Amino acid sequence: MMIVKCPICGGEVTVPDDALPGELIEHECGVTLEVVIDGKSIKLKPLEGVREDWGE
Amino acid sequence: MGRIKLLLLYDILRWEEKSFIDAARKLDIDITLLQVPSIYGKVGDKATLGVNDVDVALQRSVSFYNSLESTILMESMGLNVINKSYTIMVCQDKLWTTSLLVKNGIPVPDTYVAFDPSAVNKVAGSFLRYPFVIKPIYGSWGRLLALVDDEEDLRTVIEHRSYMHNPIYSIYYLQEFVNKPGRDIRVFTVGDEVPVAIYRYSNHWITNTARGGKAVPARIDPELEDLALRAARAVDGVFLGIDVFEHPEKGYVVDEVNAVTEFRNTVAVTGYDLAYKVLEYIVNMVKH
Repeated sequence: MMIVKCPICGGEVTVPDDALPGELIEHECGVTLEVVIDGKSIKLKPLEGVREDWGE
Repeated sequence: MGRIKLLLLYDILRWEEKSFIDAARKLDIDITLLQVPSIYGKVGDKATLGVNDVDVALQRSVSFYNSLESTILMESMGLNVINKSYTIMVCQDKLWTTSLLVKNGIPVPDTYVAFDPSAVNKVAGSFLRYPFVIKPIYGSWGRLLALVDDEEDLRTVIEHRSYMHNPIYSIYYLQEFVNKPGRDIRVFTVGDEVPVAIYRYSNHWITNTARGGKAVPARIDPELEDLALRAARAVDGVFLGIDVFEHPEKGYVVDEVNAVTEFRNTVAVTGYDLAYKVLEYIVNMVKH
């Protein structure tokens, strides 16, 4: 597990060691965060709404 | 033949994509994940994309444009993608889908197309009775659908459309309002099989689960199975989510076909492992 800063509230977010790019994490501040892996660094960004899509 | 090497194309890892990863593990498939926004490479050249050693690809991008274009890119290298770019494009374009369904004798709600507001008014005055539905040619999750009850509603929709700058909104796809029994049916096809289906119940005329529709397991009778398979063949698709209405006079009619479909709610209420079924199909397809 690693601790990454929430880009919205600045709070701590626990990210699993085996997190994959594009994985989604619900944070307690109410935002949904997307895991971004750039080389060895792991960042989080707020999930952007998808404007064109497929549904159920 | 050794382990099947599967490339999973995706934007974000939703429940569905994780279920494919789990199913790949159960089926001993060598799965490679490729996030579409990270892709760059030369058209037709596997090496620059790093996908040299792949048997088949499964398209799971939530974005239509990402799914279509990344599929085309993979196909440029001779890679077989499920579903293929043709199917993705056909299913995104409601008119194209309806056209192929009609050509193949598959029942659909009465559907008209008009390219201009005055033509819309002619359709409304002569062919379609109120209420009817106006849909965007592109789109899903039930967005931008309009139920038009009368001339004033129609005037409002036309005026709103006139301020939308995307030219696709100047094309009007008009469809009879089907008085459904409080539900529609989402049927899934995998190759030549129809393994599972759900009813989507809603008090609202839009029944998508993404819009709050409640999922319940549905019975697949032979007529529904045949209809779904014929629709799948019409769009040349492998793994599809087909929306079917129970029309009070016409019986089953196919409303839409989804080429990169979600299925989380279906698995939740039926317990059916749809991801496993899809990957099992892919393994057999590659081996034979």
